[in-house]
Amino acid sequence: MTWLLVTIIVGATACGELLQTHGMKTHGEIHDFRPGPLGRAFGRVARNPHVAASVLFMAISFFAFMSLLKVADLSFAVPATAATYVIETILARFLLKERVGRKRWAGALLVACGVALIAL
Amino acid sequence: MTASSSRLRLRTRLLAVVVILSNVLGNFFLSRGMKSPEPPGFLLAVFLNPWVMLGVSLLILWMLARMTLLSWADLTYVLPVTALGYVLTALMGRLFLGEHVSLGRWAGIALIVGGVFLVGNTPIRTTANHGKGDAA
Repeated sequence: MTWLLVTIIVGATACGELLQTHGMKTHGEIHDFRPGPLGRAFGRVARNPHVAASVLFMAISFFAFMSLLKVADLSFAVPATAATYVIETILARFLLKERVGRKRWAGALLVACGVALIAL
Repeated sequence: MTASSSRLRLRTRLLAVVVILSNVLGNFFLSRGMKSPEPPGFLLAVFLNPWVMLGVSLLILWMLARMTLLSWADLTYVLPVTALGYVLTALMGRLFLGEHVSLGRWAGIALIVGGVFLVGNTPIRTTANHGKGDAA
């Protein structure tokens, strides 16, 4: 049960964040921070199907994390989900075509190890 | 580095700071509000607690700021850089809640800071622009 929940959390988080990134990139850059234009931009973003799907996946991830906290300690839950840093880097490289150089790989691995350590 | 790309880097770092702070403070106030002693009379009464209201507002700001950041920066940039929030949470626990920070946790903090430093010096955006964004 515990590992099933970890798998659901990692999978749903990765799907949600990849979809959200793709959705925001298809919308385009937001640089106008005046209330009117910003409100209109987020009105358009809310109707973006990728962003809408990402919210669904993040909700799944959130409730699975809550369920995990019922059966496991926070000090297990946080390091277990550190795997998302590595998995999302791989998926972003192949699905979003982001260029992941050596520096960025090293950084993502350091962060993943760091997140795993910090919760112990 | 051109003037416009160094301006974008500055904007990105500023917005990353907003993303990190709104997340850490939002969670901090939310957890403070959820632990308040008075029992809520009905299910949604918890949202009338001022700490919960502050926490939820900051978490809404966090979500919008993060989406804005993702509209111009790579996911593989945003994800490791915003992990600095874990470090801030640990430091706040030590400073304001008197929590003990173990040796392993200090090592984790050092690794995250090192990783953020590495990723922070890579190009912010490596993919093509699809949408028109503000210009639409």
